[in-house]
Amino acid sequence: MSTADSSPFEHQLVEHRAYLMRFARLQLRNDAWAEDAVSETVLAALARPQAFGNRSQLKTWLVGILKHKIVDTLRHHSRQVTVGTGDEDEASDPLELMAFRGDGHFTEQPADWGDPEQDLRQRQFMAVLEACTEKLPPVQARLFLMREWLELSSEEICKELGLTATNLYVQLHRARLRLRECLDLNWFQNTRRP
Amino acid sequence: MKPWYPFRRSCKEVTALVIAREDRALSWQDRMGLRLHMALCSACPPFERQVLTLRNAMRQWRAYSENDETSR
Repeated sequence: MSTADSSPFEHQLVEHRAYLMRFARLQLRNDAWAEDAVSETVLAALARPQAFGNRSQLKTWLVGILKHKIVDTLRHHSRQVTVGTGDEDEASDPLELMAFRGDGHFTEQPADWGDPEQDLRQRQFMAVLEACTEKLPPVQARLFLMREWLELSSEEICKELGLTATNLYVQLHRARLRLRECLDLNWFQNTRRP
Repeated sequence: MKPWYPFRRSCKEVTALVIAREDRALSWQDRMGLRLHMALCSACPPFERQVLTLRNAMRQWRAYSENDETSR
């Protein structure tokens, strides 16, 4: 981004558009909504360029605006946001993803992921984490990212979307177990046995 | 009469509680049951560490979403 210094504010915004789209798509799981949210973010930034001072923090500032636009979008489409597309695993017990014996004990001890602090700083890990999040069914992904990316409390999510707490917890539970499973398979097992 | 163990939890129940704790507050009975089980079980602590790792990972991913310097 060496040219950014001399380019007008508008060009700098355009440079960040793809980045914003990536996160909007991940959270909304709907290209049209994502595009609207990003467009509104860019328009809001254009309308108040003076609100932004330090150029090196442009991305942080834009992501902050985007998050607000996305909460508006989720609220506006609250009915569709929580309706599955059919590929959700509604019927199965999410704990079936893990192996338990009849008496409720593990059949196989969960893997020791070691001390992954070093791994977590790696760009590849973030890519795997994002890919695993992308693989979640849409409803689970939206609710999970509302918790983890938008940092809303469970109460706030229920209020915004008109969900019952039980329904929310079931979906988050499934999402977290799936994500754990995906990371176990695609990251931790690979890094242990390259 | 069947004996009553208010703090006894199976691995499956503990797994569910460890996950639930990420999104809601647990009752004190469940918190007690969790601690008691963790002290005695060898399979559940690694699972708990995985969930804590995931929590850390999401925190780092959030920071990364805001100031990853080299856009892909």
